[in-house]
Amino acid sequence: MAELNITERQAGDVTILDMNGKVTIGEGSIALRNAIRRLLGEGKSKILLNLGNVGYVDSSGIGELVSSFTAVNKEGGTLKLLNLTQKIQDLLAITKLLTVFDVFEKEDEALSSFE
Amino acid sequence: MQQEKILKLPSQIESVEKAAQEAESFARTAGFADDVIFAVDMAVRESVANAVKHGNKLDETKNVEITFRNVGAGFEIDIRDFGAGFAVEEIPDPTNPENLLKASGRGILFMRSFMDEVEWTNHADGGTIVKMLKKR
Repeated sequence: MAELNITERQAGDVTILDMNGKVTIGEGSIALRNAIRRLLGEGKSKILLNLGNVGYVDSSGIGELVSSFTAVNKEGGTLKLLNLTQKIQDLLAITKLLTVFDVFEKEDEALSSFE
Repeated sequence: MQQEKILKLPSQIESVEKAAQEAESFARTAGFADDVIFAVDMAVRESVANAVKHGNKLDETKNVEITFRNVGAGFEIDIRDFGAGFAVEEIPDPTNPENLLKASGRGILFMRSFMDEVEWTNHADGGTIVKMLKKR
């Protein structure tokens, strides 16, 4: 089974990526990078990453989240995070990235923030 | 009880997962608590990734040497690479505002955050050794 499975949903003009697995060095980070590149290539630049089923992220995965954020911003879009586990929140706090990302606990609130 | 485990793994990204699995297995057999195992797992992944990528520069003719020890104070880890070495104090602080959006450079921060002691030394025969301790 792949380290990270990503399922895409559409809610209006927002694309939600439901992520399941690990965002770690190698396969998991590459899967996220490829998914973001593909969405940007399709002109989809309002992106919500649902991390509720991501059990593990390492520094490479955190770096990939940052790269995704900057790549989407560069295209004039917005990338936000949904359903962080406590461990991922802790990692974002340690790295001071909670000040960078818009983070939501509820999907409807996250979606309305894009309007 | 097994008190020490030594691994020699090739410089490839797959060795990160292998080392983390071996660390967890060793820690569980030795009876360490879940919070210690989580910290050890994180530190092993980051330090082996650094050794493979930045130390040995993915040169598969070079190994990463890993030692886990169950000592009185806790879980001790040594990771040795065979690279050119580096000065840890020269690594930029990833939490500085100008570095926040960089894609890399957070591994050492995680190792220091999750372990109680982390120390880098240059080996007399070349390469870098990082020694870490997580107290029980």
